[in-house]
Amino acid sequence: MTLHVDIPEETFSSILAKAFRNTAFVAGFVITLLILAMAIVSYAWTPYDVTKLVISDKTQAPSLAHWFGTDHFGRDILSMVMVGARNSIAVALVAVGIGMGVGVPLGTFAAARGGLVDEMLMRLNDLVFAFPALLSAIMITAIFGPGAVNAIIAIGIFNIPVFARVARAGALAIWPREFILAARAAGKNSTQISIEHVLPNIATLLLVQGTIQFALGILAEAGLSYLGLGAQPPMPSWGRMLFDAQTRMVVAPWMAIFPGMAIVVAVLGLNLLGDGIADILDPKSRRQR
Amino acid sequence: MTAYLLKRLAIAIATLVLASMVVFAVLEILPGDPARLMLGMNASADQVELLRNQMGLNAPLAWRYLHWAGGLLSLDLGRSYTYSVPVIDLVRERLAVSLPLALIALALSTIIAIPVGLFSASRRGRVGDTISMGAAQLGVAVPNFWFALMLIYVFAVWLRLVPAGGFPGWSAGIWPALKSLLLPAVALALPQAAILARVTRSALIEVLNEDYIRTARAKGLPYRAVLWRHALRNAMIPVLTILGLQFAFLLAGTIIIENVFYLPGLGRLVFQAITQRDLIVVESVVMLLVAAVIAVNLLVDLSYAIVDPRLRSRQ
Repeated sequence: MTLHVDIPEETFSSILAKAFRNTAFVAGFVITLLILAMAIVSYAWTPYDVTKLVISDKTQAPSLAHWFGTDHFGRDILSMVMVGARNSIAVALVAVGIGMGVGVPLGTFAAARGGLVDEMLMRLNDLVFAFPALLSAIMITAIFGPGAVNAIIAIGIFNIPVFARVARAGALAIWPREFILAARAAGKNSTQISIEHVLPNIATLLLVQGTIQFALGILAEAGLSYLGLGAQPPMPSWGRMLFDAQTRMVVAPWMAIFPGMAIVVAVLGLNLLGDGIADILDPKSRRQR
Repeated sequence: MTAYLLKRLAIAIATLVLASMVVFAVLEILPGDPARLMLGMNASADQVELLRNQMGLNAPLAWRYLHWAGGLLSLDLGRSYTYSVPVIDLVRERLAVSLPLALIALALSTIIAIPVGLFSASRRGRVGDTISMGAAQLGVAVPNFWFALMLIYVFAVWLRLVPAGGFPGWSAGIWPALKSLLLPAVALALPQAAILARVTRSALIEVLNEDYIRTARAKGLPYRAVLWRHALRNAMIPVLTILGLQFAFLLAGTIIIENVFYLPGLGRLVFQAITQRDLIVVESVVMLLVAAVIAVNLLVDLSYAIVDPRLRSRQ
């Protein structure tokens, strides 16, 4: 007989109250919201048209008319940063979706079955981890052609083992619990138990990992675009803007500074958000701080 | 212990063999005939067929795989289409740039991260901890190639202390060569150091809550000794795991960084080979990198046993 301890149920409002006291969460939430808002606003309005080339305005330093300056074609950098956010968010978000959509079922299935199935799936995971992700992403995009869609696939594939691992580890910790035994006694099979009881209990873990992979996806997309393998011009992307900036560092350093800062702020916001969520919902990690 | 090591070794070898099959299969299904590619568009079908026979492209798939894998084992990697030199010579030449670069970056990252992690963990919740972890949080978010551009702007364009790119070769002397690897190494190392510092700190904090740490303090050992001798050693397992992962990341990271600094390394070689469809070079370098990653992870597994005696007696 195990000792039973009553833990007061956490209500939605108590979690919300905790969230607003958590500095990392609030900062991350605000920054992420700002980046999302920027991308959404860019559909309706940007200070200048990013497809219009105004050669007479080329490589102007930041001013009141162009807050972030202009690039070598006279395009407004602020407008390009705004439109570039769309591409970064879309690529990273869909890549997380692919990773979760395939990885989570695999991981929970492996945990539910155990034995040979589990062992085989985990060895498959080892195999994918043996390929440096960036190298394979470069290979995939170079072979199947550069572009946003192939970048999504390349980044998404490497999210699969990450989510499979997290889901499996989380599920393995849930399976020995008493309510699983109760569900079994009630005659549910392992698939039903995985969906109804295991998944809701590992949702937090997956959410935290999701924000981390989202941030990593933005970094990876920027890297691929920088190498010319991501979104293709004229669609502005942060990585591509940095590539264009590199040879013009001496005359127009702002061309490199602002897109780079956009990447840093977006990634920082998502990481803070992930840290914050982990903090609020997982008492163990809070104790360690 | 022996059983544990043998199992890890067997898994590593199996992973390597599977990885080689994956690489072979991916390059096999690629569109484009290497023989046609070498001879150009004007060659006749007979000429192409002759070369295909000479290159062994008409042999059965399994035989070609074994032939290729055997070549890898004996370091006979074939000849590059574009450079017309043996691939092994190319790899050796480029490795002389990339390996020192990755090692310097790894060393830099460790030298910065471990003390910062120790400092932060021992001052948990105080100003010093908040500042260094804030900096680490920022470091994790910085893309290394953008950081590289900023470093070039400050140290090469503005202060003119180091070259902005290029590599004079080791024959130009140790110092000029090292000087041109310095900025790339820093650009690679700092984001990695930020991750490592965070892991070191949280691993240490977990260990510092253990009873044996209180015992060590209670028997009168100074805090510094407890931190370095008892806590750090016990916190090494997660730190070593991350170091192993970082090695793989650094090797791949050289692809972008070498492109930023125009360094003639392995990463730039493989990037150019991919865009020029020089598949023999691509498959060789990819296999080399994969083998390096697997070997490092095996080493990390072995080092667990050295760091943690409990693992030695288990199994």
